[in-house]
Amino acid sequence: MSEPSQVEIELPAEIRDVEPVQSIRTPIRMTYDYIPSSSAIASLNAYAEKRILGGVSPIDGAVFVPPRGVDPRHGVATTETVDLPDTGHIGSFCVTRLPIPGREDLEIPYVSAWIFLDGADVGFLGLVSGVDTSEVHIGMRVKALWKPDDELGRTAENIVSWIPSGEPSLPFEEAGVRGYRKRSGAKGSDPLA
Amino acid sequence: MSKNNCAVVGVGQTKYQTTRGDVSMAGLVREAAYRALEDAEMSWSDIDAVVIGKAPDFFEGVMMPEIYLAEALGCAGKPILRVHTAGSVGGSTALVATSLIQAGIHERVLTLGFEKQSESNATWALSLPQPFSVSINAGAGGYFSPIIRQYMIESAAPELIGCMVAFKDRQHALRNPYAHLHQHDLTFDQVVEAPMLWEPIRYSETCPSSDGACAMVLGSESVGDASSKPVAWVQGTSMRSEANTFPGRNEVNPRASRECADDVFSQAGITDRRREIDVVEMYVPFSWYEPMWLESLGFAEIGEGWKMVEEGATHIDGGDLPVNCSGGVLSTNPIGASGMIRFAEAALQVRQMAGEHQVDGVQRSLGHAYGGGAQYFAMWILGDTKP
Amino acid sequence: MRDVAIVAAGQRQQAAFTDETEVQILLPIFEQVRNDTGLEQSDIGFTCSGSSDFLAGSAFSFVGTLEGVGAYPPICESHVEMDGAWALYEAWVKLQIGEIDTALVYSYGKSSPGSLRDVLSTQLDPYYLAPLWPDAFALGALQARMMLEQDIVSRDRLTEIAVRSRDHASSSPHAVRKGDATTDFVEASPVIADPLRADDCAAGADGGCVIILAAGDIAKNVCDRPAWIRGIEHRTDAHSLAGRDLLSAQSAALAANAAGVGDDKIDIAELHGPFTHQEHLLETALGITDETIVNPSGGALAGHTMMAAGLMRIAEAATRVSAGAGDRAVAHATSGPWLQQNLVCVMEGD
Repeated sequence: MSEPSQVEIELPAEIRDVEPVQSIRTPIRMTYDYIPSSSAIASLNAYAEKRILGGVSPIDGAVFVPPRGVDPRHGVATTETVDLPDTGHIGSFCVTRLPIPGREDLEIPYVSAWIFLDGADVGFLGLVSGVDTSEVHIGMRVKALWKPDDELGRTAENIVSWIPSGEPSLPFEEAGVRGYRKRSGAKGSDPLA
Repeated sequence: MSKNNCAVVGVGQTKYQTTRGDVSMAGLVREAAYRALEDAEMSWSDIDAVVIGKAPDFFEGVMMPEIYLAEALGCAGKPILRVHTAGSVGGSTALVATSLIQAGIHERVLTLGFEKQSESNATWALSLPQPFSVSINAGAGGYFSPIIRQYMIESAAPELIGCMVAFKDRQHALRNPYAHLHQHDLTFDQVVEAPMLWEPIRYSETCPSSDGACAMVLGSESVGDASSKPVAWVQGTSMRSEANTFPGRNEVNPRASRECADDVFSQAGITDRRREIDVVEMYVPFSWYEPMWLESLGFAEIGEGWKMVEEGATHIDGGDLPVNCSGGVLSTNPIGASGMIRFAEAALQVRQMAGEHQVDGVQRSLGHAYGGGAQYFAMWILGDTKP
Repeated sequence: MRDVAIVAAGQRQQAAFTDETEVQILLPIFEQVRNDTGLEQSDIGFTCSGSSDFLAGSAFSFVGTLEGVGAYPPICESHVEMDGAWALYEAWVKLQIGEIDTALVYSYGKSSPGSLRDVLSTQLDPYYLAPLWPDAFALGALQARMMLEQDIVSRDRLTEIAVRSRDHASSSPHAVRKGDATTDFVEASPVIADPLRADDCAAGADGGCVIILAAGDIAKNVCDRPAWIRGIEHRTDAHSLAGRDLLSAQSAALAANAAGVGDDKIDIAELHGPFTHQEHLLETALGITDETIVNPSGGALAGHTMMAAGLMRIAEAATRVSAGAGDRAVAHATSGPWLQQNLVCVMEGD
């Protein structure tokens, strides 16, 4: 396949000697002022007390963390919340060797992992530290490393990272979503998933 | 009322590269559209409607750019639709255009996907600080790497399968003059030795960031019949979406993917998928997704997709199911166009017009795209005969 | 064309939904239309939505909103980066193919966190227009001045349209600017972008809108009086300032003509005019006469949810047809600067 030839454009005589503009820069700056939703406010307040909230599905009791106010399977609001422990395991993870914008504080390589809290039915993304990257594995037990009490704010950033708890690891077959599916009679378990 | 037949009667692509500094956004889309019209032996006035797709508007810093592109796409006085379904958008855009023909609303529709990532900063666009959450966004690679890791363990695939896919697609790209990456001297060892970016994903196993546009002219049955060139008939189309996070979600092999595939193969009357499909253009932005999708699409048993890669079944030379003869997303990735390119390359194969990367005797092809957190799927099956 | 009708419509709109996410704005509306029809998500053949990343301030923003639908088991679904009226068009097309019988359409917009008049500047030609940062009100004012100076419209007529909006909006639960429907009050409203006063510009709002479409007998089964879609068409004009006539809404006229607006008497018209002068242009383009009630909801002037205002016009018109307030209605949606892109939908009761 050969490429079609380019169309030749003949410029008017009066602009033929003008230096062509190669590019222009148009900086765009827009400011958005977000106000947290009611479910986010509850969750952020809990973080200030070193607590982690989950949203409970009114359909089958499945626990979502962080609570976004909705069970996405059924499109229904989750109004009830539940306190979750700050311990769990790694469902899966990535060792990243690239800097990310806005997080110049991170030492490379760093580990981002899907953290499955004990009692939660979905995972969420968190950083893992306090362990050599080569030792991180699926099923590894972790606990939250909180900021010092005098630095706590109403923010998810109170959890600096997740560090190994020293407990025995879960086998691969029980870690992350597989664990959910394996639990007999798991809430809302879908044999087709 | 019944479904009308639809045919791909024209395909046009731009040369894909990191920066197309020689053209504006309008110039870029016009280049692809012009070539598709030329292939279809049509002019702008023949087109009834335009369906355009692209991924996030932040990539170019223009909100709903189809508004500004109306003239460039010859739309003044005509209908134009703008689709956005994340990474699958190029595929779903083609499917929306197809539905306009199938519903009998239009005779000739121009459909186009584009991305001009060099105009803005894609990393910025994808890393906009989001309120009330912690920023550890490590890009698409950071998202998909944990899923690939799970597949590698579940399938017990040999460690270098991903490298084999990457090397194959870069070899295929050498036969496609439009492909972004033309790495003539690349060796398999270089692919293997490339640094890990998002372990277990190597730099060599990821897609480039490209400027480019891809367009197709779709026509009704009478338009297809009247074409002087071979056309590709739409034999099946399907789209599926599922939520991103819910208990027990199979991220490696999402149910939406399987059900989308079941639907499209059933429409085309295909029962033995591997035997009845001659060539596949699959959305593989990270190399390991080739074996993963081979399984999800039912070309291989669960846990055995990697064996097809290892056996060379997906290589253009000697493979029984060549995958991504164009070089695929791993060689060319203007995100909003990437799905459209899969669909268009599937059409070129059926029309026997793929040039150096043509597979002999293609009668049926599959075009595939996915997006979001592997939650949006778009597929079509094309054939050299009417359904 | 296959008989397809709007069988349920719901919306929420207020000046700002400060403590609800887009999903949370939508959830009660999904529940309402499902209750109205008895249809669950698993009964829906196709789902289509419309929204904007620039409005939300994040890329792929619609992915999160999918959670409100209940997208599991997987659904057949698509999204347009356009006002929801075009999502409705896409769904109507899918229904025309004849393989599905129902569709769910939704759109939403939350412009309160940002500055919409500035955000909309990024919609302009990025090389020649956007770098000048003309805001949306300034662009509207340019057009209004041209119209006033060329006697296309009078200042009194603009005031009359603003008063009409306030008057009609008084009985609308979704309107955010209502009451005080007097000439004196409107004329006292501050000038925002000369010659436009605050009351000439649509009142900003957050909100969402959901519509269920159904074909043939299913429509009759789930709705006492479906609003049958008799014509739905959309067209665009050129974008370039120099490339179009700003004194008329040409593509709106083209769409209206193709949709058959003028084939019979129109009882109700819901027009998406973000400014009073544009509502006037639209009345002209659609050939609206005195026998039509224009914007009984107050129109977009009374509350303008970006990305949903067009779908809301369709919802308002359909709801009135279903309630028997009229037999034939037209709804209109617009997008882009100076009414660049327009959709027209004609609906009839049985």
